[in-house]
Amino acid sequence: MLEIKDLHVSIDDKKILKGLNLSVKAGEIHAIMGPNGSGKSTLSSVIAGNEDYEITNGSIIYKNENIEDLSAEERANKGIFMSFQYPVEIPGITVTNFIKTAINSNLKARGQKEMAANEMLKKIREKANLLEIDSKFLSRSLNEGFSGGEKKRNEIFQMAMLEPSLAILDETDSGLDIDALRIVANGVNKIKSRSNAIVIITHYQRLLDHIIPDYVHVLQDGKIAKSGNKELAFELEEKGYDWI
Amino acid sequence: MAYTEEELKKELEQQEYQYGFTTKIESETFPVGLNKDIVRKISEKKNEPKWMTDWRLSAFEAWEKMEEPEWSNVNYKKPKFQDISYYSAPKTKAKYDSLDEVDPELLKTFDKLGISIDEQKKLAGVAVDIVMDSVSVATTFKETLSKKGIIFCSISEAIQEHPDLVKKYLGTVIPKKDNFYSALNSAVFSDGSFCYIPKGVKCPMELSTYFRINQAGTGQFERTLVIADEGSYVSYLEGCTAPSRDENQLHAAVVELIALDDAEIKYSTVQNWYPGNKQGKGGVFNFVTKRGLCHENSKISWTQVETGSAVTWKYPSCILKGNNSVGEFYSIAVTNNYQQADTGTKMIHLGKNTKSTIISKGISAGKSQNSYRGLVRIGNNAENARNFSQCDSLLMGNNCGAHTFPYIEAKNKTAQIEHEATTSKIGEDQIFYCNQRGIDTEKAIALIVNGFSKEVLNKLPMEFAVEAQKLLEISLEGSVG
Repeated sequence: MLEIKDLHVSIDDKKILKGLNLSVKAGEIHAIMGPNGSGKSTLSSVIAGNEDYEITNGSIIYKNENIEDLSAEERANKGIFMSFQYPVEIPGITVTNFIKTAINSNLKARGQKEMAANEMLKKIREKANLLEIDSKFLSRSLNEGFSGGEKKRNEIFQMAMLEPSLAILDETDSGLDIDALRIVANGVNKIKSRSNAIVIITHYQRLLDHIIPDYVHVLQDGKIAKSGNKELAFELEEKGYDWI
Repeated sequence: MAYTEEELKKELEQQEYQYGFTTKIESETFPVGLNKDIVRKISEKKNEPKWMTDWRLSAFEAWEKMEEPEWSNVNYKKPKFQDISYYSAPKTKAKYDSLDEVDPELLKTFDKLGISIDEQKKLAGVAVDIVMDSVSVATTFKETLSKKGIIFCSISEAIQEHPDLVKKYLGTVIPKKDNFYSALNSAVFSDGSFCYIPKGVKCPMELSTYFRINQAGTGQFERTLVIADEGSYVSYLEGCTAPSRDENQLHAAVVELIALDDAEIKYSTVQNWYPGNKQGKGGVFNFVTKRGLCHENSKISWTQVETGSAVTWKYPSCILKGNNSVGEFYSIAVTNNYQQADTGTKMIHLGKNTKSTIISKGISAGKSQNSYRGLVRIGNNAENARNFSQCDSLLMGNNCGAHTFPYIEAKNKTAQIEHEATTSKIGEDQIFYCNQRGIDTEKAIALIVNGFSKEVLNKLPMEFAVEAQKLLEISLEGSVG
């Protein structure tokens, strides 16, 4: 699904990623942990196609295609999804309208017809139920006045609607209380399948109590310093990052 | 590689103003220039009674002594008033009893505009009066309306058929000498729409007028007069387009609304005159005077979507003369490239317990300048008058400007006036967020702008709202920067 080889990335001439390697297969959940400033969010932004970052060396191969030259929307339309750490507000545009526009853009990019309104509505209801989202929530302006938990739940709702092949969850657990964390994690677990892959980027271990990763990687100073299974996450929680 | 700004710009330069075509209809056009003889000739051409000719002449005399105002926040080369032709009419028969008699070329024009009369008839039940260049071409649904006693016709026809009403109300809200352009309009107006809703009648359909300038080197001076008698209701729509031309065309209309006791008038405009090309060449000068007079317990609501014209200069206003009367102004003004807009409203509170609401959304892109200018005046006797104003500006790129000039004059201590204003920029983070969901940048901007304008778009009648949304998208294409 995703092969990252010797990736070097800079922003404003500052080197952030310095030779990162990562291999993610369909059906897998990977957790990337690391201290602040280790390059976690840079990694997610680069995969999503944020042009503020410059790839100076290495490659990102997604479904056997080098995606370096693809725009963010092209990547999205090929099935890459990122749950934002800080989702933005778009006043006046409802959650429903936004997701409808996104889905139809995806379909159009894939040469398919727009989704019929009744089908859309059915899907929205189904996914909203999955994530315990109230229908009133769907007619509010996108992220405007949302609590931290609502924003994150909305991100996962969009993920459920768009059904990506590769989902990157950037610090999805930050700002969530324990109930919201449980709902978000349950949602992710239900969306998870053998044909998609999830990369969880997190500072803390607690989300991994609910979503069990197949692999845990420690990112330090722009590189993967250590990889292991979920036990590694517990170890990190206990000992911190310094022992690596 | 990601779609660069350069590529985007190139692509957009190739996109033309959608409505920029001319129609091959023979026109009868007066020689250029303006003097008493031309005014007389216009009046004569229209078989007007003497009182009307005299009215025009006195307006002309006033205009001659007036100077073109300069206080607005716009820069343009002043029109040479002696180089304009003041009358142009499609040469075919000017009045039609049914659509079958209308020149097929003309009907094709309407098709191109996407407002096929036929379709309009079927779909929305909208009665349409179309003013092309200067002459009113067709008024549909006249019969249906006349059963309710509603008069909806061209102003020329009204002068012939309903002189008492015209005499009684014409120039009462906007006097001939009100301003330079209203005086000019009063002297030379060629046609326009007239509407009268009798006492207690709710007009059963939207009334609509389409204006189009077609002939080169002409100005367009329509005159609209809407009278809602006691307890009546009408919703009136007005749409405008013009072909692309290198020279500037002048459009100086006058719209007067009269809402008698307990009446309500909703007046919506979608203005899409040719804005000029990417370098700012050509485009329509849109210098329009619009004002409504509210009697007791009446309400006038102006809604406008202004996307076209090189220069827009207009302030649809309400005089809240009657007690408990209500004035509303909802506006979206979009400027792109070199367009300039100085628009807003005046709410003049004279009666007791009068209320006004102003919601203005300005969107500037390219190298354009967009100003909101508004006056809220509370008179001595306007006990408990209330006003709420909200002016929001959205900027795109670093080369455009947004300005707000709110004037408030309160002469009564019981007045409550609220004013809110915001200025924001479309954020790169907002666009990236949309991109990440598969929405391209153009579409993302359209989405953000529609969200920003929603409060005003919601005020438009349904069919118009859809058209207005599309217009917003078209007007802002190429503004990413």
